[in-house]
Amino acid sequence: MDSRFDSPASVRARLRDVDYLSDDAIAGVVFLADRLGKPILVEGPAGTGKTQLAKSVAEILGARLIRLQCYEGLDESKALYEWNYKKQLLRIQAERNNESTWEDIETDIFSDEFLLTRPLLEAIRSPEPVVLLIDEVDRVEIETEALLLEILSDYQVSIPELGTITARQIPMVFLTSNNTRELSEALKRRCLFLHIDYPDMEREKEIVLTKVPEITENLADQVTRIVRSIRQLELKKSPSVSETIDWARTLLMLGVDSITEADAIETLNILLKYQSDIARATKELSADTSQRRPGVPRTS
Amino acid sequence: MTVTSESSMLDLLTGFIVELRAAGLPVSLTENLDAMQAITHIPIEDRNAFKYALAATLVKNNAHWRAFETVFEVYFSLRGPGYALGGSDESVQPEDDDTAANPEAAGAGTGGGGGEALSPEQMAEMLFRALQKGDEAMLRALARQAVTRYAGMEPGRPVGGTYYLYRTLRNLDLDTVLERLMAEARDDAPAPLTPLEERLEKDEFDSRVDRLKQEIEAEIRRRLVADRGVEAMAKTLRKPLPEDVDFMHASREELMGLRKAIYPLTRKLAVRLARKRRHGRKGPLDFRSTVRHSLSYGGVPADPKFRYPRPAKPEIFVVADISGSVAAFARFTLQLVYAISGQFSRVRSFVFIDGIDEVTRFFEGVEDIAVAIHRVNTEADVVWVDGHSDYGHAFEVFWDRYGREIGPKTTVLILGDARNNYHASQAWVVGEIQKKARHVYWLNPEPKAYWDTGDSIVGEYGAHCDGTYECRNLRQLERFVEILE
Repeated sequence: MDSRFDSPASVRARLRDVDYLSDDAIAGVVFLADRLGKPILVEGPAGTGKTQLAKSVAEILGARLIRLQCYEGLDESKALYEWNYKKQLLRIQAERNNESTWEDIETDIFSDEFLLTRPLLEAIRSPEPVVLLIDEVDRVEIETEALLLEILSDYQVSIPELGTITARQIPMVFLTSNNTRELSEALKRRCLFLHIDYPDMEREKEIVLTKVPEITENLADQVTRIVRSIRQLELKKSPSVSETIDWARTLLMLGVDSITEADAIETLNILLKYQSDIARATKELSADTSQRRPGVPRTS
Repeated sequence: MTVTSESSMLDLLTGFIVELRAAGLPVSLTENLDAMQAITHIPIEDRNAFKYALAATLVKNNAHWRAFETVFEVYFSLRGPGYALGGSDESVQPEDDDTAANPEAAGAGTGGGGGEALSPEQMAEMLFRALQKGDEAMLRALARQAVTRYAGMEPGRPVGGTYYLYRTLRNLDLDTVLERLMAEARDDAPAPLTPLEERLEKDEFDSRVDRLKQEIEAEIRRRLVADRGVEAMAKTLRKPLPEDVDFMHASREELMGLRKAIYPLTRKLAVRLARKRRHGRKGPLDFRSTVRHSLSYGGVPADPKFRYPRPAKPEIFVVADISGSVAAFARFTLQLVYAISGQFSRVRSFVFIDGIDEVTRFFEGVEDIAVAIHRVNTEADVVWVDGHSDYGHAFEVFWDRYGREIGPKTTVLILGDARNNYHASQAWVVGEIQKKARHVYWLNPEPKAYWDTGDSIVGEYGAHCDGTYECRNLRQLERFVEILE
């Protein structure tokens, strides 16, 4: 199999071209997934760009993105394939007058023509390159997870009536999880694991600068520094990267060019979604730490 | 790579994986093979990429990352360009293999670059400037210099890395440096700093000082590994995973880690319990609904409807010993139970040492469970005579005051080590509770081997419970909560 990337560094550079700022871990794992032909299980807090990673990889590869959104109650007929029952019935009806045998009809109605492909099968059968995104895999029941196993390890789907369909090319596969439950060992074993956490300050600043191009360097710096301070508090829900970006946009629209306490506190509700978190952050940001520090002479 | 270095690489990796397993990480055979395949694509010289490649194949749970990182640092710290000095230091670097073989040479080699002639004052000044500017390369060089100078490391000396770390940090006196940094920041500002700016400056310097500390720690570890060998160091540094940390013997740092780990855990549990409740078995035929739906088929009951069972949510009584030895355990259990309180019709909590007090009121209308638990620890009236655990008296009072409120839907959780200081056990109370309540469970944070030794009388109480469980760590606590209904 010819590989898609030369080195982790090239993954990083190409992702940057499509405005996705990765780090060593992300680039390394994407590179490795391509070389080993393995799916990537991406985990991390909400709003850190897990889904976006798959989209961006699809973009740089010029591949079609096939997305399977998982939800409770997802089953085979929604994820893999389904027989087009109505069309099969019609076919049998139409056959009634003709003189064809039972075997003929049977092979006929269980042929490709009557198969409705769903995302997983579609990704396998696609002749052109695809990126398969299985989003929020932690939402399906543990039993449904088993549906994915054959695809993830062998890139094939077995249909009893048709036989086994094997992938024409190994697609890049991303699974995302918000970690609301422990995924099964079998699933984890088949994947490379990538944890995307909140970015460090420098990277977040770069992200803000890329996503909000009109912002000044100085404001972006302030924004990310305040966000870092807030993330250090014990909160119910820390601000995510997308919330940081929203906040930066808001400040820009309000015409703020240097954040004062009042600005920060007034717009905190964009960063934080729980009242108790907002109250705590307000208290912390306006608390006067200089008074609590003894023994520092102030020269004036 | 030559053949020999390849096979030595395999040996190293095998040792590395054995150590990961010893630290408690579940590494399967397939994952082992994946890792071996992965490193053929990534050169070891690219240390970061190498680390992430190993992590991606071997670590499938983010909580295990720290444990992985520690083992990685030990096993691979002497490989790759870890010793390269950046910034001001232009001296020739010793070869990696030499460094491994000869720690003194390493120390001299790294120290000899730019710093040997410096006086302590000059060095402190350089450190201050580096921290002020956030000059990473300089900080790394200074960290090395500081270890050479202050740690007083001698080969073969049987002391832990923490001792060296302490000595180095004491000499650097980072608290004073931090104050000076803040003072200068204030002076440099055109206007007096607002509290917000003050805080941001402080966070920035804090994070730089943290980075310096990490560098120093890494440097000490590198030298210790060179001195003592990889396996020995890995063994001394081995720490339990967050879910395996013993409640009763957790260090401050481990408790912090536990506090962080418990939040995602509660979320997971809540989802799982809610799911379990919804996906109950099908119940009996719902006659009325079936007939109603049969109308659209001309009276033929083609589409039978079933009644889905809606199990009543249980009411939970938590009765917790909060005397010194088991306080941490009570704290975590209370936190867990309240975090999933949506799964119960009601949660009431009682805490005792030798007296007992209801503390439900502290949790009502409070969003932050940590605050409530703090109030429990400071305000609850739990001392009757001397503040030594007296389960017997506490239970007696509990029965008197609250016994009649226990009903058939109540599940009672008793938390404690049942070390009764040789008082009367009053185990009949537990028996009476069991008769009225739906279930009575006893959770004991002590290892099972210690039960019923000394003044522990958990067996006596356990006879009246529906189950006694050893609950020493988050893993066991989680397993218990899952069976709770």
